[in-house]
Amino acid sequence: MENLKALSFELRKNVVRMIKEGKGGHIGGDMSVMDTLVTLYFRQMNISPDNMDDPDRDRFVLSKGHSVEAYYAVLAAKGFFPIEEVIEKFSKFGSKYIGHPNNKLPGIEMNSGSLGHGLPVCIGMALAGKMDKRDYRVYTVMGDGELAEGSVWEGAMAAGHYKLDNLCAVIDRNRLQISGCTEDVMAHDSQEERWKSFGWHVISVNGNEIDELDAAFNEAKATKGKPTLVLANTTKGFGSPVMENKAGWHHHVPSEEEYAQIMADLDARREAALHE
Amino acid sequence: MNKIPNRQAICEVLMENVKTDKDIVVLCSDSRGSASMTPFADTYPDHFVEVGIAEQNLVSISAGLAKCGKKPFAASPACFLSTRSYEQAKVDCAYSNTNVTLIGISGGISYGALGMSHHSAQDIAAMSAIPNMRVYLPSDRHQTKKLIEALLKDEKPAYIRVGRNPVEDIYTEEDCPFVMDRATVLCEGTDVAIVACGEMVKPAFDAAGLLKEQGISATVLDMYCVKPLDKEAVVKAAANAKAVVTVEEHAPFGGLGSMVSQVVGSECPKKVVNLALPDAPVITGTSKEVFDYYGLNAEGIAKTAAGLVQE
Repeated sequence: MENLKALSFELRKNVVRMIKEGKGGHIGGDMSVMDTLVTLYFRQMNISPDNMDDPDRDRFVLSKGHSVEAYYAVLAAKGFFPIEEVIEKFSKFGSKYIGHPNNKLPGIEMNSGSLGHGLPVCIGMALAGKMDKRDYRVYTVMGDGELAEGSVWEGAMAAGHYKLDNLCAVIDRNRLQISGCTEDVMAHDSQEERWKSFGWHVISVNGNEIDELDAAFNEAKATKGKPTLVLANTTKGFGSPVMENKAGWHHHVPSEEEYAQIMADLDARREAALHE
Repeated sequence: MNKIPNRQAICEVLMENVKTDKDIVVLCSDSRGSASMTPFADTYPDHFVEVGIAEQNLVSISAGLAKCGKKPFAASPACFLSTRSYEQAKVDCAYSNTNVTLIGISGGISYGALGMSHHSAQDIAAMSAIPNMRVYLPSDRHQTKKLIEALLKDEKPAYIRVGRNPVEDIYTEEDCPFVMDRATVLCEGTDVAIVACGEMVKPAFDAAGLLKEQGISATVLDMYCVKPLDKEAVVKAAANAKAVVTVEEHAPFGGLGSMVSQVVGSECPKKVVNLALPDAPVITGTSKEVFDYYGLNAEGIAKTAAGLVQE
């Protein structure tokens, strides 16, 4: 089986290149969410360039649309578009690789960027699956700062009400947002308690460990009668001490020196993963 | 007097079509009664989704359903649908290009006495400003039915506004000329052109009758398709007239009047007067009392039009 841990560090390097070339992007959240995306796209979901017209394909919406660089890196690795083209054109004038997901690109179902939309949209997708008696699963990934949006909780309520066990939501719980710690900006804990009270099955994992995430998604699949929330506890900027756990790296563009250090750190982590 | 409001006509046509089109889904936000959708919900519970009082969720869920091949019709009071869920309409419907039909019920000042929170005098402006969002205000039940049937045949987002009250028939079941995105010409004249939408079409048409008694001939356009506006029909009507009057149950900015003025100003400059609600909370009363107060009735429209012709 492919070494996904090594792949996740390789894809992080593509993200860093993209952001450096494009002179912008949301690097910290890209790094924290990468393992979730890699697990979903390479272990869990039946989504590929060959089946995007298949009504039985799984559905995915990146609700935290600002992590689009990580999304592009994963979609490129799945063969939806060439990574070198993304790195060259990301955020450039007239580019189709814009700073938030858009469904004119292959592999992307829904446009996002405004927070608090992904979960409610996925509820519609999950309801459609139930109506049509199809077995596909629906996934969305939210940020933790995003949880202050009221529409998230409208969605939490509806998914619990309709017992959507074909729906799995992930929170990339990196505990940092643009202004600082999430608990200082708007207190969120305990997410376990909150989602359980809305009728969800909740699984809390280390969101930078692919095997833990994989097991959580398997458990979600086996959970009937209620939707599942995977609380992915992650480190913002995961992969290099240069950016780890630093709120300023929410959308910082690395300098030449920082870039060199980050790429070296990611290479070292990738090498280590290959020899684990 | 017809007793069927346009909202009920929507329910009836959807109930007819869902028999053969299994992808039709109706969604309400605790609004099935005011949307006249209770018969649909009771008869086709598998095609009905209740989201509770959560308009943002209503629109996003509709978009998700549409993305998976469904044909959702989301019915909620226009005052909330066009404001509370505006971003969802913009991003999840228009930007993502999902086949969602938003139905703003009890539009305009239908909830007359309930105050500004319940009025939607801004919905045409708001929805029209969103790229890839179409805006329709059908005039009577027969046209409403034709519009819904046309929307069932395409896969693009749209916003429809209908009122709460029954409106007098303009057309008949047998005689309801309808071409999608083309205004219906109710009568043609050479003195003045009156362009109206929604519940203002009937008084505009009646105004033409009053003007005729005064020897003034008027063109009346039923511009149910506010966006995309039938520019060709506007230019043709304006070119044949001395002046143009627009009539709408909407704020004086950004609605039908603004759009018609833009077209006339650039294509065939003529004097245009916009009859609309004021840029202020409207006076308390029933729809009829409010319309009469602001001159949004046949007499008021005729008076404005006659004044323009006599200038």
